[in-house]
Amino acid sequence: MYAFTYERPKSVEEAVNLLKKSGEAKLLAGGQTLLPAMKLRLASPGTIVDLSKVAGLSGVKRDGNDIVIGAMTKHVDVMNSAEVQKSIPALAHLVSVLGDPAVRNRGTIGGSLANNDPSADYPAAVLALNATVQTNKRKIAADDFFKGLFETALAGDEIIEAVRFPVPEKAGYEKFRNPASRFALVGVFVAKGKDGARVAVTGAGESGVFRVKEMEAALGKDFSAKAIEGIKVPAKGMIADLHGTAEYRAHLIGVLARRALAAAK
Amino acid sequence: MSNVTVTVNGKSHTVDVAPETLLVELIREKLRLTGTHVGCDTSQCGACVVHVDGVAVKSCTMLAMTADGASVTTIEGLANGSALHPMQEAFREHHGLQCGFCTPGMIMSAVDIVNRKGSDLDEHTIRDELEGNICRCTGYHNIVKAVAAGAKAMKGGAKPARAAE
Repeated sequence: MYAFTYERPKSVEEAVNLLKKSGEAKLLAGGQTLLPAMKLRLASPGTIVDLSKVAGLSGVKRDGNDIVIGAMTKHVDVMNSAEVQKSIPALAHLVSVLGDPAVRNRGTIGGSLANNDPSADYPAAVLALNATVQTNKRKIAADDFFKGLFETALAGDEIIEAVRFPVPEKAGYEKFRNPASRFALVGVFVAKGKDGARVAVTGAGESGVFRVKEMEAALGKDFSAKAIEGIKVPAKGMIADLHGTAEYRAHLIGVLARRALAAAK
Repeated sequence: MSNVTVTVNGKSHTVDVAPETLLVELIREKLRLTGTHVGCDTSQCGACVVHVDGVAVKSCTMLAMTADGASVTTIEGLANGSALHPMQEAFREHHGLQCGFCTPGMIMSAVDIVNRKGSDLDEHTIRDELEGNICRCTGYHNIVKAVAAGAKAMKGGAKPARAAE
């Protein structure tokens, strides 16, 4: 790992000032992606701004018809939250198949979203549930947040504070895991909310998480596995690597979407 | 360099570290507790698992500075003098290791599983929960048996069958 300057602010405001001061600063949340990347020298930030002592960024609460999850809430705490298990069981399930127990004890929802790995799980939930990402500056709709591989709408001095999930009528998540990395080879999150059905796919798209509008239209009328039986997702734009071809991933989207619908509650 | 204060196996240490020092480097190189191993560079193998404030963490994927103020338990902190912890004893009894490199992490993860899930663990649960720990020798079979037996022994608060030789 290359040397860096270490900062441990106590407030979001202090963290923002540190980001503004140093052009090469990176925020450290749970560190389960950033630290491995730094060890491999794929990332070499000049300054690390460790958010672990910033107050008020952790916790799950219900606010009207929304579940609000603080950005520094660890995966394990989302998985074990009685509120999440009751209101959005698909989200609790998603976290339970993410990483491994030690990773879930450190990794955070805010870190996962800010990183926007094309195979990460959380982006699928945020996009399918039509969640809102709240930062120190503004509220960003899920549709505007994800901008491509490891790219988000976040500005250099912007910090995610919380994610607001509207409670859906029904939702489900199914993932085909890469057995070595446990990342999603393909993951599909389906949700039926007050504005209709949404289907978000992670792991497959060359530009990261995306929606399948054709499935959404069919599910708007009938939210069931049967409703999307004939729908094929084209292989164009899918990731192809040693783990699977573009055609294979495109095929898995249909399979996993139907399974997610069958399991949705 | 900055000071970091951690309690390791019940003893408080204040150590001067560079910002890029990982928790596992603090444990192994500064405190000379070399039971915690480093098996990979990618946070996958779990040989470095320790408990930080009571929960399993990959100590190769946490900065020493982030652990400032925390309480850490390593494999050296489990045994009671010369008497092995029940989980260590179970690994010995059931041949849950061959080369032994992954064993410290396996045992720290196993104790964490019992802390979270209780002592009545079926095979599926154990295999599922150990997915962050990789062993290249055993094929996991005897590790799974050892964890199940160690979990039961922990429940009884049973004294280990015999002291370490």
